[in-house]
Amino acid sequence: MAFDYDKYIRPGKLPHIWCPGCGHGIVMKGLIRAIDSLKLDTKNTAIVSGIGCASRLPGYMDCCTLHTAHGRAAAFATGVKMAKPGMNVILVGGDGDGTAIGGNHFIHACRRNIDMTYIILNNKIYGMTGGQFSPATPTGAKASTTPYGNPDPAFDIAKLAIGAGATFVARGTAYHAAQIDKLIAEAIQHKGFSVVEILDDCPTTFGRRNKFKSVIEMMNHLKEIAVPVKAAEKMSAEQLQGKVLTGVLYKEDRPEYTSEYAKVIERAQAGK
Amino acid sequence: MSKKVAFLQGNEAASHGALYAGCNFFAGYPITPSTEVAEVMSAELPKIGGKFIQMEDEIGAMAAILGASLAGAKVLTSTSGPGLSLKQELIGYGCIAEIPCVIYNVMRGGPSTGMPTGPSQSDVMAAKWGTHGDHPAICLVPASVQETYEEVIRAFNLAEKYRTPVMVMPDEIVAHMRERIVFPEPGEIAVEPRKTPTVPPEQYKPYDTSFGDVPPLAAYGTGYKFHVTGLNKMQDGFPTTKAEVVQAEEERQVRKVEANVDDIVTFEEYMLDDAEVVVIAYGSTSRSARYAVNAAREQGIKAGMFRIKTFWPFPDKQIKALAQKAKGFIVPEMNLGMCAIEVERNAQGKAPVLGIFRVDGEPINPDQILEKMKEVK
Repeated sequence: MAFDYDKYIRPGKLPHIWCPGCGHGIVMKGLIRAIDSLKLDTKNTAIVSGIGCASRLPGYMDCCTLHTAHGRAAAFATGVKMAKPGMNVILVGGDGDGTAIGGNHFIHACRRNIDMTYIILNNKIYGMTGGQFSPATPTGAKASTTPYGNPDPAFDIAKLAIGAGATFVARGTAYHAAQIDKLIAEAIQHKGFSVVEILDDCPTTFGRRNKFKSVIEMMNHLKEIAVPVKAAEKMSAEQLQGKVLTGVLYKEDRPEYTSEYAKVIERAQAGK
Repeated sequence: MSKKVAFLQGNEAASHGALYAGCNFFAGYPITPSTEVAEVMSAELPKIGGKFIQMEDEIGAMAAILGASLAGAKVLTSTSGPGLSLKQELIGYGCIAEIPCVIYNVMRGGPSTGMPTGPSQSDVMAAKWGTHGDHPAICLVPASVQETYEEVIRAFNLAEKYRTPVMVMPDEIVAHMRERIVFPEPGEIAVEPRKTPTVPPEQYKPYDTSFGDVPPLAAYGTGYKFHVTGLNKMQDGFPTTKAEVVQAEEERQVRKVEANVDDIVTFEEYMLDDAEVVVIAYGSTSRSARYAVNAAREQGIKAGMFRIKTFWPFPDKQIKALAQKAKGFIVPEMNLGMCAIEVERNAQGKAPVLGIFRVDGEPINPDQILEKMKEVK
């Protein structure tokens, strides 16, 4: 029997705003399958976003949804989680929202290791505003504000998350659709701050400026550059040139923030 | 049994007022001269099972309280000028998404870093005009330690009653001075509960105006699944650009406050019955003004004071009435004439408005006010 996505979609809120060929819908389906596989109670699940194309995702989901201001998802979500530690808190947003204007909130959520899952849909561009370069846009790429090629170096978002203290970091791509739900499910199950970066495509504002002739070509590009972590172990540095690792990139057990704060409450109440 | 009495600083009193009002969540960022609030809350909240979090920046602190409020908490943040500037983005979010919260802002010199340890009253316009767009504004300006305690409680009550951010803005003198405070007994001051839905989750809409201008607000994690956005929204919380819906919703948000000014606006009338010279003052400046009025009376000048306790909404009606009989208004304030603009707007040319404006970090003393009174003819 085909998977029933409808029971997680808010009635009457589709069609979505995303362009034909955009991978965001693939990621949303992956998130839905992950929620389903974990049997999360949607009444007890908050999905929080910032601003941008990816940040419209929560509105389609039949959960407690919070579409905040640009870059602020992690800080709003921290408030939700601290107030209600029993809730599942999932963040969704784009590369610009999460690592430029929201960069400070992002790294500090990583550092605190607060039990939330942040799904970053990295299409390497500000799509909603028409294709300006983001901190994830590759050097040399064309964007509406880099007509002569991007002079900026790009963030490696997964490395940024690991460096800032996230205790579960994974990467997938919109091409590898079947893997997305598994990565997200494992991230949600992880006790601590987990980051799942999904490399995505924006045919409308990135593809057409950067010599991708079609959505298929963009998807094939994601397929070609992705190398599973296990496979990479057997490859030389030369072979890994231009590739990105996918799968679970990092995992560690470290005290989780709301649990640590519960201990603060215990100490305060014991007068210590 | 006699009531509990303490010798407290304004900021400490504010913290205890918040706790009396049922505050169980605080997020903040260190900033002079309001940090004592964060310090007290970090010590007191965990004792009652509440949550304190020091965020990475001022914007993050504002975001965290909004998120926590949506999850059902009663929330407070504290800050000062530069922090208020940063928080403005999300104060607007709180207004449009209609999220109860209290922002305690101690006024110090500005603009920018200004004079971090010097008193000022120059944030009063920012309380209304600081965030972009049309929105409701409630701003309370206490003048003593006792009043700071009580006004913080009132701020929580107004935030819940009108489902909107409320600011409490003492100047640095009120925030840092120490005075005797008499604590109310539990239950002595009423605490306004949040209006929560009476309909089942499947019928719930977070902006359902069939319940009036202030629709009930459910909390996340209580069985109600709903959407909140900073975009102009429909009654179900989802974005819209439909002209008539946006117009009606914006007007309702402002009307929540504007149609209830008599419930919100508070003030003190001091020796106004026969007053010809009316001092309009607020915060610590009103303490000098009271002294000046007493001194003036001794010299035979018919002086009085209208003390603003609620700066926004501004006491338009009261000042319009005073303008009918006063020979002149004196407005002493620690800025370059922010309240004076509002007084002039209401005086409508019927009485002259003489300002005493200081931005040098020094309080306005009674002599200055007394001298100015003599200019009123």
